[in-house]
Amino acid sequence: MNNVHDLGGMMGFGPVLPEENEPSFHDDWERRVFAMTMGGIGPFGTIDTFRHAVERMGAVNYLKTTYYEHWLAALEILSEEHNLAGAKKGDEPLTPEIIDAVVKSGMPYHRTEENEPKYSVGDKVRAKNMHPSGHTRLPRYARGRVGEIEMLHGNFVFPDTVAHHKGEAPQHLYAVRFSATELWGEGAPGKDCMCVDLFESYLEDV
Amino acid sequence: MSSDHDHHHNAPPNPYLEKRRNGPETAELDKRVKAIEDLLVSKGVITTEALDRLVDIYENDLGPMNGAQVVAKAWTDADYKKRLLANGTDAIAELGFSGLQGEHMVVVENTPERHNVVVCTLCSCYPWPVLGLPPMWFKEAPYRSRVAIEPRTVLAEFGTEVNEETEVRVWDSSAEMRYFVLPERPAGTEGMSEEELANLVTRDSMIGVTKLSAN
Repeated sequence: MNNVHDLGGMMGFGPVLPEENEPSFHDDWERRVFAMTMGGIGPFGTIDTFRHAVERMGAVNYLKTTYYEHWLAALEILSEEHNLAGAKKGDEPLTPEIIDAVVKSGMPYHRTEENEPKYSVGDKVRAKNMHPSGHTRLPRYARGRVGEIEMLHGNFVFPDTVAHHKGEAPQHLYAVRFSATELWGEGAPGKDCMCVDLFESYLEDV
Repeated sequence: MSSDHDHHHNAPPNPYLEKRRNGPETAELDKRVKAIEDLLVSKGVITTEALDRLVDIYENDLGPMNGAQVVAKAWTDADYKKRLLANGTDAIAELGFSGLQGEHMVVVENTPERHNVVVCTLCSCYPWPVLGLPPMWFKEAPYRSRVAIEPRTVLAEFGTEVNEETEVRVWDSSAEMRYFVLPERPAGTEGMSEEELANLVTRDSMIGVTKLSAN
């Protein structure tokens, strides 16, 4: 969805101001929200279900609130949508032992290749001018722009379907390189470029 | 008064810290957070101990010291560097670092010809096993919006000058690949051990917003 989380290239947010000796968390409630999100993603869906919940928290609210408040809003949205309050108590809660194993092994998103990749390194492609109302990982700044395949990453779970519980529908993922002038116009430094990871169905032939 | 001190007083307020809550607002947040925690625990989704464990791991066990080991090894072992650039995930796992938000790693090398810098314009993707949790500036709007369109200006604000002949390449982690920058080994470090080298490597250099020096 076209919303304020899609920040690449926007202006007006002020300078980048690092905080010296920044702690991992600024308040205890941030610790709890972080941990609950890690533990809650599984029961609610995948990381993309969670990202899409953040995307739906409301544009004005997103900009007015701090980072972990975004996560808290997503937890509230997903608890409500999954009717957690009315759900039966599960009997296999995540325990510290399970946490240790999952942190170490991760949750891989790569899937066995079923189809050959359509594109090869060096191919010119255009990112489609598409505006899905649901979750997507095609940033607006790349839409309609022509780039070149830089890397083939393999077959990956498709965020646009899995976020909506419509299946993993894996497809090939590519790093696509766009010149800075293609993305930002003639004033951009000629040598500079931006690489974006894009799924095959976001791309069309040039 | 040092010039550093002046700088901080004159700098605009940090946007994240400006938005931070205090007093009654924090109490309200505490209440909302507790309501969700009570729900997740009482419905058997997760135990309180598991939540504590997650905080402990990410607050104490993971951080840029892991990535610094990877960098120092790549600088001192040419075969390792080759493996690292060819398959980041496997080479990083050789040093024992793997897992959540580092399942699929790509390592990009900074050279005199190319300066790489990493962002996630859509959310806050970051390679946790090697860098820990990201700093707030990486997750907030100013960096995510600006490094896409004016990377050289943002780099300059970090004190990083990249000359015109060098390509600046911004990597937007828009999917589940996590990018990690192998910074250039600074001059004057020829005699240093792997451990001494690791101590020179900073988080920001592995995001790509700074370069390293020997002192």
